[in-house]
Amino acid sequence: MSDIFPENSVGLVTPEVVHFDDPLELACGRTLHNYQLMVETYGELNSNKSNAILICHALSGHHHAAGYHSVDDKKPGWWENHIGPGKPFDTNQFFIVCPNNLGGCHGSTGPSSINPETGKPWGVDFPPLRARDWVQSQAKLADRLGIQQWAAVVGGSLGGMQAMRWALEYPDRIRHAIVIASAMKLSAQNIAFNEIARNAIKSDPDFRDGHFLEGNTLPRNGLALARMIGHVTYLSDELMGNKFGRELRSGSFQQGQDTPIEFQVESYLRHQGDAFSSNFDANTYLLMTKALDYFDLAREYGNDPVKAFGHALCDFLVVSFSTDWRFAPERSQEIVKALIDANKNVSYAAIDSNLGHDAFLLPNERYEQILTAYMSRVASEATHSKKTTISTEGSL
Amino acid sequence: MSIRTDLDIIQQWIAPESRVLDLACGDGTLLKSLRQHKQVEGYGLEIDPDKITHAIANSINVVETNLNKGLSQFPDNSFDIVVMTQALQVMRYPHLVLEEMLRIGKECIVTFPNFGNWRARTSLLIHGRMPVTKQLTYQWYDTPNIHFCTVNDFEALCDEKKIRIIHKEFVAERIPDKQIKGIWPNLFSDTAIYLLSK
Repeated sequence: MSDIFPENSVGLVTPEVVHFDDPLELACGRTLHNYQLMVETYGELNSNKSNAILICHALSGHHHAAGYHSVDDKKPGWWENHIGPGKPFDTNQFFIVCPNNLGGCHGSTGPSSINPETGKPWGVDFPPLRARDWVQSQAKLADRLGIQQWAAVVGGSLGGMQAMRWALEYPDRIRHAIVIASAMKLSAQNIAFNEIARNAIKSDPDFRDGHFLEGNTLPRNGLALARMIGHVTYLSDELMGNKFGRELRSGSFQQGQDTPIEFQVESYLRHQGDAFSSNFDANTYLLMTKALDYFDLAREYGNDPVKAFGHALCDFLVVSFSTDWRFAPERSQEIVKALIDANKNVSYAAIDSNLGHDAFLLPNERYEQILTAYMSRVASEATHSKKTTISTEGSL
Repeated sequence: MSIRTDLDIIQQWIAPESRVLDLACGDGTLLKSLRQHKQVEGYGLEIDPDKITHAIANSINVVETNLNKGLSQFPDNSFDIVVMTQALQVMRYPHLVLEEMLRIGKECIVTFPNFGNWRARTSLLIHGRMPVTKQLTYQWYDTPNIHFCTVNDFEALCDEKKIRIIHKEFVAERIPDKQIKGIWPNLFSDTAIYLLSK
């Protein structure tokens, strides 16, 4: 395998479907009587099950965080830069679990699944979800895997929100929360961008009020437009300038020419939108952005983040990126302040990067050093008692 | 290996189980030692990326912070003690940092290299060059130390700002400084250590 895939990759991985037949009571008051999660795991769970890391994905993420599904795969999982042997989330030391969130569109139960009561796809009728619902379903997954306590719950962006929610909902089941490029709640500007994206989807005639699957259509244009808007906000002005500038893909500014001019950035955005719209579900996009908008860590704690974090028992690492304007460093600093005021263990690194919000997914030497240093601490705690590794293949 | 002498003295001044804020905490040596010996809870603030990484590896709470941008995120009297070792001279506005430390902490500990030490004085007097000594190893153009002071300068500032000096200690490592530093600290000490309050 090592001659096909890079040596520091987990290599070929196979996702597994985990079924749950016990009802999941959701924050909205409705109940999912049964559901499934699509899950990938990397590394091996040690005998005392103390080395498990939960990776929570962001808005458009999924369970495929590392490795390759086949030798023909052009791209590895979305966090290949950070998960693998010798990488910050070192699969030689940790058992790493990454589920596709409930409501997702990559194999976990969601709007594109069949509603057992109607025999038709759920579509927009799928129950609205909150971060706490994801956390609850992830806790059920931990139960299934026999993991009483995660060594760490890790996430960027919306994933960081889940990590924080974990710390409050299941304080005794998490030793460390790693919260990257995240926030305790979205700003009005953030909600505004999400609403524009949702409107783009809903105004596509092929959306059919959310029942496009029944009509055998896909709101590709709307979804592509939503992704284009989102994508712009994930990058920094500087990065777009460096990457595309005002370079033309076709046409010319020469006088007397009427061939249409296309900037590189236009072509890039269209490509991003098209690629996304062919493998993402529009209703999942609506559901995920709504969950983002509704997330407010401290709402039920009297809007007092210090009081909220007062419930946490774990240690925290918070990381932000300098040019991230969607989840700005100030949002991370608010988290850090609340944690210090609540007397919780926290470290914070403000990484210099010109890559905007997307920096949390991309290679960056200092970012990796920080994660590696923190994870060495997590690992030393996880191995306090002697561990013997056992194979977990098929343990799902 | 023992930690620096000034850190030993600081340790004696900190009550067990205090809540400590360490400004410019470096790799977290002091906080780590305080946690082991005094069971303190604490946070270190640091700006140097490599030091932050080391502090994280040392299992210290380290928060990346530019001290020159102020410390308004910390409420009044939110720490038992705020410490700053060997960093006052690096600050853009040392007197403002000192004020902030006294606002946030019930007490403060400050240590700084004493520029009034005779070695520094003679270096300038005899050679006519800015001192480069064992303690002050930088050349004038690349030094991070932009606000040097002497023991007397510092006490004058405390006097002006009505800062109470609870304790002070002086460290000198070489002979004869070591033996006579008590007689004339401003001339013979390498490092000055102060415990302060409002």
